[in-house]
Amino acid sequence: MKRMVFSALSGALFGAGLLVSGMVDTVKVQGWLDVFGAWDPTLAFVMGGAILPMAIAWQVAERRKTAVLGTPIPDRLPQKLDRNLILGSVLFGAGWGLVGLCPGPAFAAAFLNGASGLVFLVAMLAAMVATPALRRALTPKGDTAWTSAR
Amino acid sequence: MLEQDWIWGFVGGLMIGGAGALFLLMNGRIMGASGIVGGLVDGSGRSNWGERLAFLAGLILFPPLLVGLYDHVDTRLTDNIWLLVVAGLLVGFGTRLANGCTSGHGVCGISRLSWRGMAATIAYIAAGGVVVLLFRHWLGVI
Repeated sequence: MKRMVFSALSGALFGAGLLVSGMVDTVKVQGWLDVFGAWDPTLAFVMGGAILPMAIAWQVAERRKTAVLGTPIPDRLPQKLDRNLILGSVLFGAGWGLVGLCPGPAFAAAFLNGASGLVFLVAMLAAMVATPALRRALTPKGDTAWTSAR
Repeated sequence: MLEQDWIWGFVGGLMIGGAGALFLLMNGRIMGASGIVGGLVDGSGRSNWGERLAFLAGLILFPPLLVGLYDHVDTRLTDNIWLLVVAGLLVGFGTRLANGCTSGHGVCGISRLSWRGMAATIAYIAAGGVVVLLFRHWLGVI
């Protein structure tokens, strides 16, 4: 029960932060990516503001080994840059640039975005459902980089 | 006016980071929006679906309660259905293939000094920049 409460609180604070920071405004997000046009640096301030408390949290977490509610602190993945990481991020970035929405704000502004937001969410969720199968289908035989869940 | 946007951006950023810190220190979870949702819809997060659902409920339902603020925000989302579908598919597939998005790789990864998080962030910002350059300044569709 406590886990649910703190999950919901985190989600609520995350959503409020996305709203306050202006990151639900798709034109503002595209403005950050528009380096050769009317560049809008706001996203850098959002990132900086978010990384600050999070960096402190990591310092505390890695000393504690487990979280307050008992779950082990997630392990560091092997710091290997693989094809999925880069290809996936490039595809994600392309979609992000096209309409200015990434997953967090798409949910935080679900009731603001109307039918357009729903179309985006349905397409995004459909792709998420299909990803494990797609990843397997695209796997060259014997190549483990594509099959690993990471 | 722009400077005021930066201040609100920073304050909102602190809230986002605070949410991630809370999720990590209390629940021992990484606050990545695409991972939390993706694990729910593809079944890989079955073992802790309750936490995922609770997080999503907070994320979707709390902002509308901030009336006054919520009602005055204009998200200026396009209504071009083709752009929305293609972008949604790219964001869904890309974030799951890369195992993270702006919150997971960007906020939680960089703050842990993770090379993977930094590389992903550079890749999606660069790709987004190229797409905006192409579709806004050359093709004029966005």
